[in-house]
Amino acid sequence: MDELQEKAKQLLEAGTVQVVIGHAAGRGGRRPVFVRSPAQAGKLVHDDGCWQNLATYLGKPEVRKLGRAAVVASPPVLRAMVQLGAERQLGNDEVMALAVVTGGPVRTLATLAAIEGHLASLPDEPPAADRTELGRLAAMTVPERRAFWAEQLDRCVRCYACRASCPMCYCERCTMECNRPQWVPVASHALGNLEYHIVRAMHLAGRCVQCGTCGKSCPLGIPVHLLTLFAERSVQQHFGQGGKASGKPVFAMSTFRPEDSETFIR
Amino acid sequence: MGTSVTTPTPLKEGSTFEPKITAFVCNWCTYAGADLTGTSRIRYQPNVRVIRFPCTGRIDFMLILKAFAHGSDGVIVSGCHPNDCHYTTGNYLARRRWIVFRDVLEFTGIDLRRLTFAWVSAAEGAKWAELVDEVTDRVRALGPYREYQALASAGIE
Repeated sequence: MDELQEKAKQLLEAGTVQVVIGHAAGRGGRRPVFVRSPAQAGKLVHDDGCWQNLATYLGKPEVRKLGRAAVVASPPVLRAMVQLGAERQLGNDEVMALAVVTGGPVRTLATLAAIEGHLASLPDEPPAADRTELGRLAAMTVPERRAFWAEQLDRCVRCYACRASCPMCYCERCTMECNRPQWVPVASHALGNLEYHIVRAMHLAGRCVQCGTCGKSCPLGIPVHLLTLFAERSVQQHFGQGGKASGKPVFAMSTFRPEDSETFIR
Repeated sequence: MGTSVTTPTPLKEGSTFEPKITAFVCNWCTYAGADLTGTSRIRYQPNVRVIRFPCTGRIDFMLILKAFAHGSDGVIVSGCHPNDCHYTTGNYLARRRWIVFRDVLEFTGIDLRRLTFAWVSAAEGAKWAELVDEVTDRVRALGPYREYQALASAGIE
C-alpha cells in the first residue's frame, strides 16, 4: 500500500472524511473512483494518466450527500478548489485535499487556506505543449486563425463534454440551455459552434484553472482548451493573476481597476 | 433615433454596397450625444441603427455576435467616459470585458476592424457624427462581412 492509499485509509478510518475522490485503474485508462470505506483505499492510483479534474464533482448535490470529501488533487485540481472557494461554491473547511505531484510526497491539506498557501509555491501555467500551440496560433494571421478554427469547430457535435468536465462550469442553468431567447443555436452548426466556444472562453476568462481537461474530454479531439487557456492568458496579461483587484482570488471579469488600460477605445 | 432633420447623405457615386452598422449605446451618454448631433443639425451617414441600453455594462458580448450573425457589417459600442457612468462602475466593468473579448475574437479569427468601441458623452454630438462617418467609410471599404454571415447559412441549401 503506497503513501496515497495509506493516507486515504487513515482519513476514512478516523471518520475525518466520508469519501475520498480519486482515480482508479479502469479499462483503457484511469477512471474516477469514490472510495467510501477504508478497505477500498487500495484502489487509488495517481500517475500521469490521471487527467480528469476531480474538483468538478465537489459541488454536485449527489456527491455532497456522501459527506465530507477528500480529493486526490494535482495542482490544477487545487487551483480549481481555491477558485470555487473564492466564488462561494466551497466553504473553507468543507473539503480536504490530498495534494499529489507525480513521484512526489502526498500532502494532506485540510482547508482552502492551506491549499492556497501550498499553491503559492507551485508554478501556475499551462503545460509546455499547450504553450507551444498557443504561440503557433498567435503567430498566424487572422484569416489563418479563422480557417484553423472553422476546420476544428466543424467537427464539434455539441456534446458539451468540455462543459461537463470543467470544474468551473457549475451553473445549474447554462446560457446554452436558455431558449427564450435562444442565445446560441443548439444544433451542431457553424454559427452555433463558433458562438458556443466563444461564450465558453469568455465565461471562463479569469477563472480557468488551466487543467486542459476540456480538451482531453473532447471525443472529437478538438483542442477547445486552447480557447480557455488563451482567454485566461489574456486576463493575466492585462490585469494580472486573477484580476489582481486584491490579494485574494476573484472573478476578474466581475471587478475592475480604474487604471485598467487599453488603446482601442476611441 | 435622434431628432435629426437633415436629409440623408446620398450614396457615393459608383458604389452599390451600403454597410449596415449596428450601434449599441448607453442611454445616459452616447444616446443623448447622438440626440445632440441631430439637434445640432450635424450631418452624418445614415447607415447606423442605434440600439439604446441602460448602460454599457448591460451590453452583453453575445449581442455583438448576434449583430454580426444577423447581417451587420460593422458594430459600434459606445457609452459614457470612464468616471462618468450613471451607475458609477458599469463602463469600467464593460471596458474590462471588451479588452478580453477583443482578444478572444481575434484569436478565433474575427475581423476586429468591424468592431469599434468609443466613449461619446452627452456633450459630444460632433464626435458621434465623426465616429459614425469614420466607421461607415471603413466598413464600406471592407465590403460586406460575408465570412461571418456565411456561417449563419452554412449547411442550409
